[in-house]
Amino acid sequence: MISLTHYLVLSAILFTIGVAGVLMRRNIIIILLSIELMLTAVNLNFIAFSNYVQNPVGQVFVFFVMTVAAAETALGLAIVVAMFRNLETVNVDEINQMKG
Amino acid sequence: MGLHDVMFYYFAAVVVVTALLAVTRPNPVHAVLFLIPCFFHVAGLFVLLKAEFLAVIQILVPAGALMVLYIFVVFLFNLYDVKGIKAAHRQSVLAGIVAIAMVLMLAVLAVSSIFPGPFQELAVKTAGDNTAVVGGALYTTFLFPFELASLVLLVVMFGAMVLARREGKE
Amino acid sequence: MTDAIVLVPLFPLLAVLANLLVGRKMSERAIGIMASGAVGASFLAAVTAVAGLIGMEPGHRLAEVVLYQWIGSGVFSVDIGFLLDPLSAVMILVVSGVGFLIHVYSIGYMHHDKGFARYFLYLNLFVFAMLMLVVGNSYLLLFVGWEGVGLCSYLLIGFWYHKDSASDAGKKAFIVNRIGDFGFMLGMLFIAVTFGTLNFTKVFADAPHVFHSGDGMVILITLLLFLGACGKSAQLPLHVWLPDAMEGPTPVSALIHAATMVTAGVYMVSRSHVLYDLAPQTLLVVAVVGCVTAFFAGTIALVQNDIKRVLAYSTVSQLGYMFLAAGVGAYTAAIFHLMTHAFFKALLFLGAGSVIHALSDEQDIRKMGGLRKIMPTTYKTFVIASLAIAGIPPLAGFMSKDEILYSTFNSTHPGLAPILLWSLGVLTAFMTAFYMFRLVYKTFHGESRMDPEVEKHAHESPRVITVPLTILAVLSAIGGFLGIPVFLKANVMHNWLGPLFEAAGGHGEEAGGAVHHSLSTELGLMAVSVAVATAGILLALNIILKRPQVAEGIRSSFGFLYDLFLNKWWVDELYDMVIVRPLRWTAGIFWTEFDGKGIDGTLHGIANGARGSGGFLSKLQTGFVQNYALSMAGGLVLVLLWVLF
Repeated sequence: MISLTHYLVLSAILFTIGVAGVLMRRNIIIILLSIELMLTAVNLNFIAFSNYVQNPVGQVFVFFVMTVAAAETALGLAIVVAMFRNLETVNVDEINQMKG
Repeated sequence: MGLHDVMFYYFAAVVVVTALLAVTRPNPVHAVLFLIPCFFHVAGLFVLLKAEFLAVIQILVPAGALMVLYIFVVFLFNLYDVKGIKAAHRQSVLAGIVAIAMVLMLAVLAVSSIFPGPFQELAVKTAGDNTAVVGGALYTTFLFPFELASLVLLVVMFGAMVLARREGKE
Repeated sequence: MTDAIVLVPLFPLLAVLANLLVGRKMSERAIGIMASGAVGASFLAAVTAVAGLIGMEPGHRLAEVVLYQWIGSGVFSVDIGFLLDPLSAVMILVVSGVGFLIHVYSIGYMHHDKGFARYFLYLNLFVFAMLMLVVGNSYLLLFVGWEGVGLCSYLLIGFWYHKDSASDAGKKAFIVNRIGDFGFMLGMLFIAVTFGTLNFTKVFADAPHVFHSGDGMVILITLLLFLGACGKSAQLPLHVWLPDAMEGPTPVSALIHAATMVTAGVYMVSRSHVLYDLAPQTLLVVAVVGCVTAFFAGTIALVQNDIKRVLAYSTVSQLGYMFLAAGVGAYTAAIFHLMTHAFFKALLFLGAGSVIHALSDEQDIRKMGGLRKIMPTTYKTFVIASLAIAGIPPLAGFMSKDEILYSTFNSTHPGLAPILLWSLGVLTAFMTAFYMFRLVYKTFHGESRMDPEVEKHAHESPRVITVPLTILAVLSAIGGFLGIPVFLKANVMHNWLGPLFEAAGGHGEEAGGAVHHSLSTELGLMAVSVAVATAGILLALNIILKRPQVAEGIRSSFGFLYDLFLNKWWVDELYDMVIVRPLRWTAGIFWTEFDGKGIDGTLHGIANGARGSGGFLSKLQTGFVQNYALSMAGGLVLVLLWVLF
């Protein structure tokens, strides 16, 4: 039987994959994608619980999470574009002006 | 094992595999392309959970709009030239340890939690189908956040336009 | 009429305020008239008040006017009040009278000085403070005046502040005074604690009931108060500031350092006679200190070459006489001598000022001589004053000094003290006569040793200077008749002050025991004084004027003594070595070690610590977002760990 636990474990795995992507990749685009993954994992979690407790609030929240994810992606990419114009790189190792 | 379980395992497997592939590709275009089926199968999981409205939104927004946006940006600004970038990172070892620890603990947490009552065999909310229920909630209890969300999108639109503008252009 | 006492300090105060506000815009003439007029008005008010006092019964001559309560703190209360009795009457007349003459004199002396207005501001302020000192009805008000005159002394000594020597002298005066003030304040504190009040009337009424003769506390109080008096009145060992105070303008020396401020100590001791009468041991100390100081200062005056220095040491010496008198219980004699001394010492200083002014600021008597033909008025008045201070009858100084010596001889102090003190006093009288006439002969007689340039401009001083000289000369001559010897029964001073010093429960003149010996003793002692004084004058005439080579001979054979006296017994040098240098050294240690290394070190240490830890912690800011994300994830893992286990 597929229980809530399965969904939770799945979302945990997905989330961790996203975290690993954020921590280990140098390409900004990939990092942003990983963040998307994390958000999706969270969405999955919400909906699983929403189903379990029979309350639509979880799904409403997912709605908003998707909205914000879209917004964040748009802005993130805009920043990447602006940065790329100045620094000619998408390697996060070279984007360290906030050092010290 | 019923059809439901089989579908779950299928969707779950594809999601995990494509996600893993996505984060490990050096080429960002490949990564995006792997994420698209990932999101599609996540939508499938949503359907299994009787959240059809959100499943469709999942396909439309993350899989459709956002991934397309990524590809747009990558191609428009020639960001796919990745020859100089090594995939691994000097904090990778520590990051890997942390990631494995995290997944293990989250799993343990999930498994060891006790969720009272039998798992509802996907009972549907009585008031109607999923879309109506979610829509009803959005337009009544959550009206204010809903309007705010639209404002957020408006601001983001302006912000993105300002940030990405070429210097000196009107 | 006695209420006029309130007006006495008021006029100078008003003059001070006017000077502060508009002094800069007034002409020299206007300021001079205003300042002198104020003091003159004080004198008239004083005369009015004293006239009222005279009309009262001899034993009950006391008028207290309280303006308002100044300090009200629980049971302790101090009023702004004025006390008019025979003692304060004498003081206000002397202060305002002599003060007035000196103000007029100053108009001429300070003519064309840039700080003319400032000078009169300070001088008026001084007169105000001095008057407050002597009419105050409590120790605290006395102390207010005490501090006020100390301040004005500092301001006036250092009047020409651009001269380093002047400003140094001002500081020295103030600091040495402060040491005395320390004793004064402690004494006041003990009085306040013992009696619960500082008001004179109350304290002196209670004293005989609270203390027995010779009680430890009253000895302590009187010794502490005397320490204050030593500071203000330049007695050993706090006399060192007075000679240096000669840096100030000469009228200042006349007023402050001869006639008034330095006598504040004598006034204070006399005012507190009730307490002193209960502490015979302290009285002995007072007498000894006064006598030794008189002798000590006399020796130094013998060989000084600056005209003002001679007079300064002479002042210290005469003050010693006053304390000697107080120390043998002859308070009347002390005050009498205070008054006569004010006359002739002020005259001497003013005369010296006249000479200095005429000789374009020359002060070395070795460069003077033959001035009696050029400055006759100055010469004559100076000689009168010198005769007075030497103690030649019937001039004022004879009367007062003789009375002191007589009281000393008869005092009831134990053992050989009376004889010893008397002998030293007589020896000092001899020296006084000698050094004063040495001064007279060297300055006014003989061949001129003046610088030719100076001699060309030498002239008699203008009337505004010579008139006060003349008035003071008259007072020096006849002032003594206020205190003609007791046996003539018409002694005004005794009739005036006697009841005061006897009535207040003490033994009055009896403590020192001015027991009236036989008439023959008194006449005999008088004869000794006169003989000694005459001998001094004649010796001076001989050695200084007629046969200077004898003086040279004495100087070379007694070389060590001569150096000792010329160098003021090296007291200043001693203080420098024993007190000043160790203090400076200690202060230096505190500066470098405690402040420099200790406090600054701690501060720097803390600052460096902050900077160091900041630098260390800033390494956490790698600038790589992924590092931050890693630490977040790590934190999450730790939280999960904690939740699960």
